[in-house]
Amino acid sequence: MSDLLLSLWSALLATIDDILPILAILVGFQVIVLRRPIPNFKQVLLGFLFVLLGLAFFLEGLERALFPLGKLMAKQLTAPEFLGFSGEATASTHWHAFLWVYLFAFSIGFSTTVAEPSLIAVAIKAQQVSAGVIHPWGLRIAVALGVALGISLGTFRIVTGTPLAYYIIAGYVLVLIQTWFAPRAIIALAYDSGGVTTSTVTVPLVTALGLGLATHIPGRNPLLDGFGLIAFASLFPMMTVMGYAQLSEYWAKRRS
Amino acid sequence: MLLQFFRALLDSLRDLAPILGVIAFFQLVVLGQPIPNLGELLWGVVLVVVGLSLFVQGLKLGLFPIGEGMAWDFAAKGSVLWLLLFAFALGFGTTVAEPALIAIADEAAEVAATGGMIPDHSQAREDYAEGLRYTVALSVGLAIVIGVLRILRGWPIQYLIILGYAGVVLLTPFAPEEIIGIAYDSGGVTTSTITVPLVTALGVGLASSIEGRNPMTDGFGLIAFASLTPIIFVMGYGILL
Repeated sequence: MSDLLLSLWSALLATIDDILPILAILVGFQVIVLRRPIPNFKQVLLGFLFVLLGLAFFLEGLERALFPLGKLMAKQLTAPEFLGFSGEATASTHWHAFLWVYLFAFSIGFSTTVAEPSLIAVAIKAQQVSAGVIHPWGLRIAVALGVALGISLGTFRIVTGTPLAYYIIAGYVLVLIQTWFAPRAIIALAYDSGGVTTSTVTVPLVTALGLGLATHIPGRNPLLDGFGLIAFASLFPMMTVMGYAQLSEYWAKRRS
Repeated sequence: MLLQFFRALLDSLRDLAPILGVIAFFQLVVLGQPIPNLGELLWGVVLVVVGLSLFVQGLKLGLFPIGEGMAWDFAAKGSVLWLLLFAFALGFGTTVAEPALIAIADEAAEVAATGGMIPDHSQAREDYAEGLRYTVALSVGLAIVIGVLRILRGWPIQYLIILGYAGVVLLTPFAPEEIIGIAYDSGGVTTSTITVPLVTALGVGLASSIEGRNPMTDGFGLIAFASLTPIIFVMGYGILL
C-alpha cells in the first residue's frame, strides 16, 4: 500500500511541476498587469486543485495499467513471429499479414482519442459556444474516427516505406478543398481538433506502435520511420470534423 | 455536488470503456493470452476514472473561468501590447517544460547524431535537444500571438492556415530527410492537457468580449496555429544547423 501511495505522490509532484510555470504566468499577469482580483477566487482555486489531483491520478493510472499492457501488445502484434514472416521476407509481399496491425492501429487510435482529456475540454467549450448545436459526442466521435483513420494510414506508410511528406501534403490539399465547401462556423473548430487530439493518452501508445513496426519490418529504420504517426493523427480529424459538419448540414436541409 | 460527481464518474467510465474493450479483445482473442496483473490493471482503471472526473470538474470550476475572465479583463484594459505579451508568455511558458516535447527533442538529437548532422557525443546532443525545445516553444508563443491578433482583427482563419501549409510544403524539400518526421510530429505533441483548455477559453473569451466577433468562428483556432508553426520552425532549425 505504501508503495502505491508513494508512486501516486511522485505523480502528484510531477504534475505540480508541469502546472507551476502556467500558474506563475497567470498569477503574474493577473496581479501585476491586470491588477484585478479574480472573481470567485475560492471556486477557481478549488478548480485548480481538482485539475492537479485529477491529472496526477489520471497519469498514474495510465502508467500503472494501460501503458504497460498497450505497449506490450503493440510489440507483440508487430513481432515477426506474430506477423508470420522470416527476416528475409519483404513487407510488400505480406501486406495481408499486417491486417491485425491495421485493425489494432484503428481501434487504439479511436479508443484513446475518446478518453483524451483535452478533447473533452474542447468539446464542452464548443457545446457552450454553439448553444448546444454542436453535440460533444458527435464532435468527439468525428475526431476519434479521424485519428483512427490517420493512424491506420500511418502504419500502412511505415509498412510500405513511402515518404511521409507525400501523404501529409496530399492531406493538406484535401483539407483546403474541404474548407471551401464546409460551413463557415465549423472551420476554426475543425482546424483546432487537429492539435488537441494527440496528448496524454494517445501519444505514448501510438509511439510504441510506430517504433515496434519500424524496428521489425526489414528495411525500416526505427529512428527515421518510427516517426510520423502523430502527424497523421493531427491531420485527419480536420477532415472528419468538417465532414461531420457537412453531413449534418446536408441532413438538416433534406429534413426541412 | 456528490450526485454530480457520481455522474461524472459514470461519464469517465464510459469514456474509458472503448480502450478497455480494445485491449481485452486484442489480448484475449487475437494474441490469445491471459491478461497479466489483473488486480494492478483494475486499480489503474479506478485511478484513471477518478482522475478524469476530477479533471473535468476542475476544468469547469477553474481553468475555463480564469481563461475567459482574463480575456475579458484584457479587453477592458484595452492594451494590445500587454495582451500579446501575455499570449506569448502563455504559449512559450506552457510549451518549454512540456514532457512530451522534452521526450521528442531527445529523440531528435539521437536521430541527428546517428545521421551525422551533429557530432555524436552527449554534449552536442544535449545542446541540440535544448535548442530544439526552445525553438518549438518560441514557435508556439508566436503562434498564440498570431492567433490572438487574428481574433482582434477578425481575419478569416483559412488564409493564415493556407500560408502556414505553403510554408511547410516549401521547406520540406530543403529540410534534412532525418528531421521531417520529427518536425511533422512536433506539431501534434506541443499542446498539453492544461494548455488546451486555457488557450481555448482565452480565445472564446476574447471573441465574446470584442464587438463584431463571433465566438464560434473567431474564438477557436488558437490551437490550430500552435500545431502548425512548430512544423515550420523545426524544419527551419534542421536546415540552419
